[in-house]
Amino acid sequence: MSDPKKNDDSDYETTGHSWDGIKEYNKPLPRWWVTVFYITIIWGIGYSIAYPAWPGIRTATAGVMGWSTRANVAAEIEAQEAALAPINDRLASVELSQIATDPDLNGFAQNAGGAVFRTWCAQCHGSGAAGAKGYPNLLDDDWLWGGTMEDIHTTITHGIRNTDDPDARYSEMPAFGRDGLLEREQIGQVVNYVLDLAGEAPQDPSQVSAGATVFADNCAACHGEDGTGDRMQGAPNLTDAIWLYGGDYASLHETVTNARFGVMPNWNTRLSEAEIRAVASYVHGLGGGEMSE
Amino acid sequence: MQVKAARCLRRDKCPDRQFRTGESPVADTNQGAPSLYAAREPIFPRRVSGKFRNLKWILMLVLLGIYYITPWIRWDRGPALPDQAVLVDLAHRRFFFFMIEIWPHEFYFVAGLLIMAGLGLFLFTSALGRVWCGYACPQTVWTDLFILVERWIEGDRNARLRLHRQKRWDLTKLRLRLTKWLAWLLIALATGGAWVFYFTDAPTLLSGLATGTAHPVAYTTIALLTATTFVFGGFAREQICIYACPWPRIQAAMMDEDTLTVGYRDWRGEPRGKHRKAEGAGQLGDCIDCHACVNVCPMGIDIRDGQQLACITCALCIDACDDVMDRVGKPRGLIDYLALSDEASERSGKPPRPIWKHVFRPRVLVYTALWALVGVGLLVALLLRPEIEMTVAPVRNPTFVVLSDGSVRNTYDVRLLNKHGEDRPFRLSLVEGGTLALTLEGAPATTVTVTANQTHLQRVYVTAPQGTAQAQAERTAVTLRVEDMSSGDIATEATVFNGRDN
Repeated sequence: MSDPKKNDDSDYETTGHSWDGIKEYNKPLPRWWVTVFYITIIWGIGYSIAYPAWPGIRTATAGVMGWSTRANVAAEIEAQEAALAPINDRLASVELSQIATDPDLNGFAQNAGGAVFRTWCAQCHGSGAAGAKGYPNLLDDDWLWGGTMEDIHTTITHGIRNTDDPDARYSEMPAFGRDGLLEREQIGQVVNYVLDLAGEAPQDPSQVSAGATVFADNCAACHGEDGTGDRMQGAPNLTDAIWLYGGDYASLHETVTNARFGVMPNWNTRLSEAEIRAVASYVHGLGGGEMSE
Repeated sequence: MQVKAARCLRRDKCPDRQFRTGESPVADTNQGAPSLYAAREPIFPRRVSGKFRNLKWILMLVLLGIYYITPWIRWDRGPALPDQAVLVDLAHRRFFFFMIEIWPHEFYFVAGLLIMAGLGLFLFTSALGRVWCGYACPQTVWTDLFILVERWIEGDRNARLRLHRQKRWDLTKLRLRLTKWLAWLLIALATGGAWVFYFTDAPTLLSGLATGTAHPVAYTTIALLTATTFVFGGFAREQICIYACPWPRIQAAMMDEDTLTVGYRDWRGEPRGKHRKAEGAGQLGDCIDCHACVNVCPMGIDIRDGQQLACITCALCIDACDDVMDRVGKPRGLIDYLALSDEASERSGKPPRPIWKHVFRPRVLVYTALWALVGVGLLVALLLRPEIEMTVAPVRNPTFVVLSDGSVRNTYDVRLLNKHGEDRPFRLSLVEGGTLALTLEGAPATTVTVTANQTHLQRVYVTAPQGTAQAQAERTAVTLRVEDMSSGDIATEATVFNGRDN
């Protein structure tokens, strides 16, 4: 070791390259490395026979193992559904009022219902269920057709004012202006009256008393004499602070003139009973849910 | 003490000529490349006795005892919690250590312990060199156990060497080998088996394993650890330390000239010589070249070659040499715990320095201080850990809801933690809420029962009546408060209330 020249492994040939006197050995690759390299080639050939590998014009070779990612996903979904079948069956069969009192069932319904809501309901009602103009806010305590589990369940199952389900909730407000049922002046009067009813400032206070007459003759049948609405007909409460289509003079004028006709599809053809019950529990638990009598 | 050049790690691995002379092992350059492979020479450590051997026996007993027995210690935590003293419950994300229970969000305790382990290794390495390798490393402890079993079955060094050299597989050799392998396999099985008990209830798992109903992961883990223990302890042995373990390399950077390590006083021992009655024997040093130190070495090295990577400082050569020195009537300590700096001072005639002077150095003290600092920090954090906790996430989609009476309501997702072994009622309220009212989803009152050892996600509503300042403002600071009704513990969490101006 003391003599550096002796330490030079001159048994090997060099590549002939030299940089500042530093030469590069031309040593063979380690045998184990070469062996592994050939094994990987053989492995690769076997792999491309066993699994989908070679691309063709339209499709690729399928491989003799019959392996497919789509089939795997389908199998996983099937396994997942089979695993959830017992609790889904239970959810679909118990009394509606029992769901909230069973912690297991309630926890499952809340989570599954949240997923259903975000998939099917969020497009109109918003991902946070806050709704939008014409699409009810499901977080508040105001309900057009009722806020008990049973009411919500019926609404989701059959929908509102659709033509696909004969059991859909139905009602229709007349277009008082467009159809000539009321004069333009009368509409102005009744809108002022409704604003007053809701505790907001009327545009022209002098028309309120005249509006009261118009209301009693034309509106009270559905909205009630005191204007608190009728859930049997989906007639909104006009005395509270919540407006589906806006509570200002112009919006109300438009509503009375041309009427509104909000539609919700029936979900019984697209969702299973368990899914409907799950999403009903979810909506009921958002803060506005009412207790059954 | 000389430091050997790194070209040959071990004398027995180096081609003899090259080791002694530094010549190239192949003289003729045109005869093809030399083989770069050297077969492993098996090592047959001789039995030794002495204070370090005794210390290692005691440590082996204690460490293996801790490893095998710990999962079986019971600790009562109430009916809802596991009664295993040490349990890493990965399935439920809980870690139990006697009276301490760690939840996933308290993982900083584990991180702190890892930092302490790291600093501890630095500390011990700078003070005592590779003391971990020599005494406490699982590889060393299990190899020691395997060698012990080997000695019981096949005899001491000479008998084992004879058996190894015997080419013919007669009945005796077959019986001894099979007995040894079976004994090793049983130890390996117990080792792999003990590991899985740390991760689930040990008695349940044992009966499951016995009846074949345990989870496949348990069997796989046991099989894997049994195989590695069997191979590493029985066959790979010192090769793990030399070729597989990074620690010997890191070690070199952390030791300095005052670090204690096992060394040979060559200034006292050389020139070595066997023939004490021969001509010129008066010139010889204390080393009688009996190879006792080499024969007992589990790494198969000669400590007299100086400090080397393969030495795990197990100190068995010290015991062997001290024994020989006693018998030939020379003072002990020819091979001893030494530091590199001792050579210069002892050569100049100064007496050996006491151990504590090696250990109490600024570097060691700084490591000790850092290590203790982290330890005290963790202890304080553990003692100040709150009994109950909650997290509050205001729902921002939407930020607020107007109710039919015109009041403004905000929603909060509140996560409550019940760390106790029984269900507990938690009461939620507002700190100085004024006109704000707090209600809970799905509960008529403001009290909610949280299941033992669980978190509970509660939807909480705070409502400001119409016309109040909070209802109109853009935002108001509010503080939620939760009280454990059983113990009276309280936690608070500041958040905001969004009004109509938001």
